[in-house]
Amino acid sequence: MSDRLYVATRKGLFTLERGSGGAPWRICRTAFLGDQVTMVLPDTRDNHVYAAIGHGHFGTKLHVSADGGMNWEERTAPAYPEPPAGAPEDRCPVRQIPIPWRLEYIWALEAGGADQPGLVWCGTLPGGLFTSRDRGASWELVRPLWDRPERKKWFGGGMDYPGLHSIVVDPRDSRRVTVAVSCGGVWVTTDGGESWNCRADGMRAAYAPPEHAYDPAIQDPHRLVACPARPETMWVQHHNGVFRSTDGATSWHEITEVPPSTFGFAVAVHPRQPDTAWLVPAIKDERRIPVDGKVVVVRTRDGGRSFEVLTQGLPQEHAYDIVLRHCLDVDRSGDRLAFGSSTGSLWTSDDQGDSWRTVSSNLPPIYCVRFAR
Amino acid sequence: MVRVSFTANLQRHVACPPRTVEGCTVREALAAVFAENTRAAGYVLDEHGALRRHMIVFVNGEAIQDRATLSDPVADGAEVYVMQALSGG
Repeated sequence: MSDRLYVATRKGLFTLERGSGGAPWRICRTAFLGDQVTMVLPDTRDNHVYAAIGHGHFGTKLHVSADGGMNWEERTAPAYPEPPAGAPEDRCPVRQIPIPWRLEYIWALEAGGADQPGLVWCGTLPGGLFTSRDRGASWELVRPLWDRPERKKWFGGGMDYPGLHSIVVDPRDSRRVTVAVSCGGVWVTTDGGESWNCRADGMRAAYAPPEHAYDPAIQDPHRLVACPARPETMWVQHHNGVFRSTDGATSWHEITEVPPSTFGFAVAVHPRQPDTAWLVPAIKDERRIPVDGKVVVVRTRDGGRSFEVLTQGLPQEHAYDIVLRHCLDVDRSGDRLAFGSSTGSLWTSDDQGDSWRTVSSNLPPIYCVRFAR
Repeated sequence: MVRVSFTANLQRHVACPPRTVEGCTVREALAAVFAENTRAAGYVLDEHGALRRHMIVFVNGEAIQDRATLSDPVADGAEVYVMQALSGG
């Protein structure tokens, strides 16, 4: 099991470790204290760690550590090119505001395949996907996706602009990459990013007029994950439901019976058992608080046909923790989980969620929780 | 010559000591500073050279008008301050 956990928060990056024999998790290192760390990527290919910093005034920055997070160096942040001269301005179809060609926020960082040392993918607001082939020293906007005409349909969910938040690299074929956009559907490339197709057939947008509800390019997948051992099995926690694909995102099946709610942001899948997944439900748009003030994790072991509600060790009264999309993770063993909340609570489990321990209730708002695998 | 100074809050992230440089516009003055401090440029300007949304530049106490291309003139002896725009509550 992984004994190191990175927790990115509104006020810094926290590295937690635990000793042997069931010793408790302890914060062993802090970085970027006071700064908003919007994403962290521990890259096990070479022990590098990437951290995205969102400065309110000074823009979005990228820092890289070559020693597992001990020392950090600022690298070049992804940069959007100039829009084509004379091209009409991109406008959000919902808010009718201009969509800038400007880096607003780093919302996803993922390592390329084992056969692509130094290659890193980066998802951003306002929706651009970038690649770096030199560990963040330089970045290139993936134009074939950015230039797709369907992008004109994309819009922001909770944010003003669309955001690309999930990137799944197929461990069998690094050229096959699946990404998810809020709100812009799920997109797949099989040629390393040269061409893309929207793959959200079967998803349903309850927030859209009926005639647009099944438009793949306006879906709001809150989080996309795939089972590493069976990458064709994918799970999506969507704005208005839970969806699963067993054919590599070609088609999606809605799972409607999730207690206590089908709304949430986060989803995690077991590394070897594609039918085992975890969700953290909440009350949807109207309130965005846990149902009945109880923090629960739900687990399925049968592909979503049934769910267990896991509560042992979690607060069951007057708890208002919301778990954002990158804040639930499972380690490579499939036994150890961690999740963190927007109100600064962090819990871990060593038994697939049967029981939980509170690591802290006093962290800053948590944006990302990731095991060093 | 133009004197360019930066908000103290920026110093925590990247050292930006005051500089006296040549320049007839804000763009030219900042370019002269950033030519020797390239990392600082990204904290003040976006990838297209526009002033970041929550930053502000004063020339002799007056906020500049052209935030996109920084064409506001600066006279010899001018004081240029690069500050954070107060936003939020």
